[in-house]
Amino acid sequence: MSRLSERAWGYLLAAPAFVLLGFVALAPIGAALWLSLYRRMPVFGLDEFIGAANYVQLWSDERFWAACRVTLYFTTLSVTAELVVGFGLALLLDRLTSRSGRSSPWEQAMVLLPWAVPTVVSAQIWKWLYQPDYGLLNYLLLRVGLIDAPIDWLADPDWAIHAAVVMDVWKTTPFATLLLLAGLKALPQDLYAAATVDGAGPWERFRRITLPLLMPIVVIVLVFRTMDAVRVFDAVFVLTGGGPGNTTETLSIYAYKTLFQTLQFGYGSALATAMFILVAGLSALYVVLLRRHFQESA
Amino acid sequence: MSDMTEDRPLGNVRTLRQVGLKLCLMLSVGLFCLGPILWQAVTSVKLDQDLVRLPPILPEQMTLSHYGRVLFESPIAQSLANSLIVAVSATTVSIVVGTLCAFALARLPIAGKPVILGLVLSTSMFPPIAVISPLYLLMRELGLRDTLLAVGLTHAVYSLPLAVWLLTSFFRQLPAELYYAARVDGCTPLRALFTIFFPLARPGLAVAALLVFIYSWNEFMFALTLTASDATRTAPVAVALFPGLYEIPWGDIAAASLVVTLPVGALAILFQRHIVAGLTAGSVKG
Repeated sequence: MSRLSERAWGYLLAAPAFVLLGFVALAPIGAALWLSLYRRMPVFGLDEFIGAANYVQLWSDERFWAACRVTLYFTTLSVTAELVVGFGLALLLDRLTSRSGRSSPWEQAMVLLPWAVPTVVSAQIWKWLYQPDYGLLNYLLLRVGLIDAPIDWLADPDWAIHAAVVMDVWKTTPFATLLLLAGLKALPQDLYAAATVDGAGPWERFRRITLPLLMPIVVIVLVFRTMDAVRVFDAVFVLTGGGPGNTTETLSIYAYKTLFQTLQFGYGSALATAMFILVAGLSALYVVLLRRHFQESA
Repeated sequence: MSDMTEDRPLGNVRTLRQVGLKLCLMLSVGLFCLGPILWQAVTSVKLDQDLVRLPPILPEQMTLSHYGRVLFESPIAQSLANSLIVAVSATTVSIVVGTLCAFALARLPIAGKPVILGLVLSTSMFPPIAVISPLYLLMRELGLRDTLLAVGLTHAVYSLPLAVWLLTSFFRQLPAELYYAARVDGCTPLRALFTIFFPLARPGLAVAALLVFIYSWNEFMFALTLTASDATRTAPVAVALFPGLYEIPWGDIAAASLVVTLPVGALAILFQRHIVAGLTAGSVKG
């Protein structure tokens, strides 16, 4: 063993990771591509090679395009809200605690808890809050007078997707807040002092110092959250099951139903592959953006 | 709260009104973050007849019957045990395999490191739905469908990118001289890793292990697809499929939600500094 060169050792130690990733992550991607070229429905004993026919069907599948729209709508809305609310909370928490020290354990724990709650649990929590007859949300809104009659949030085609967005924002804003707060704590305080001496107001200081310096973190939050939101499954699946009338059916949910509820493995794989391409495209776009950003700042 | 007010003396600038405003703001942030969880806690101790009426918001009488039912008469107890087994084994495999790989990437002269890291990272970007059907068919071929092994293995692999990424950056921070000294003294790279780097990287290992454990405990889609019975379902799956005969048992679901959240919630609070450090390191490098 001791005769092995450094390089050989390197490959030896890295090998287990590659074998596992190859078998359980990379091979399935290839297999999904392959499956998508078949019409495979075990219930009907169907298993035939049909080439690109699944993709042709996909192109004219209204439900697929609807799922695309739902996914993009959900992603845009929730990621934007998370960034804005997350930034707001981070600024607030930064102001409320000492400038010099780290954030207190209490506020950190407070922000961290929604992040730690299992997504499925957060869906159940919100399902109960949204309950039309004795849910807390309707009760509070009625009490305050914002609404006149209880709203069935999850059964109303216009409200359901927004209810899902609110739940997602609650669950994932902490991630944005924590990253931005860490960034805020690391900002050089003398810059602010200098800017104040020069007569810059709070907005001016935010726009000219805070925002540019935190830009890398904002971009990172954006990348991570977009990737997660595009793939969203469990949160919405447990909250609404894709309903009412498929108005909250994201791409993941549509693909999942096709695969495991109607057992169309071929067509479902084509859906999943389309989604993979969408995510890969988005991440490629982000890589380009990130690289440009870091080259400019370097 | 105490240390917040203590470590900053109430100077002459700070008036009572500012302290009040600060408390109010803190309270509203707290309500936003914790409110939904607190409401679930309140729900979990309400009597059945109090569940279907509002007001009162806070019940006059409390009951632990929901917890009793969840722990002793529902599949939740079994699913908690399943989740523990899955999460512990996934964490162990992911950290051991991840450590070896990260060490190779950080210290050993292998070719194409950026490509390898990029590949590892790109697997973490995979939408799980894109691999789920072949994975399901693979596990079925192997006779592993509806086993904890299938779920644990999948979780281990899908958390591997995170572990490799975090640990590589931790190993890179440790001085390379230590490694060369050990090699000159006749240690094999593997022994150098275990006797020198492992102890030094303990904080990094803890962070990675925590994040992998929490990921595995909370993961839903793989666990839902690869299991088919109460004997193998993990906690999130059991909570999602919580049995209701005629109407939704909101009190039981609330109790189950809290029981399932407790382990990860406790970890998050106890090790918050580690977790925040890990989240920032993991993503800032990402």
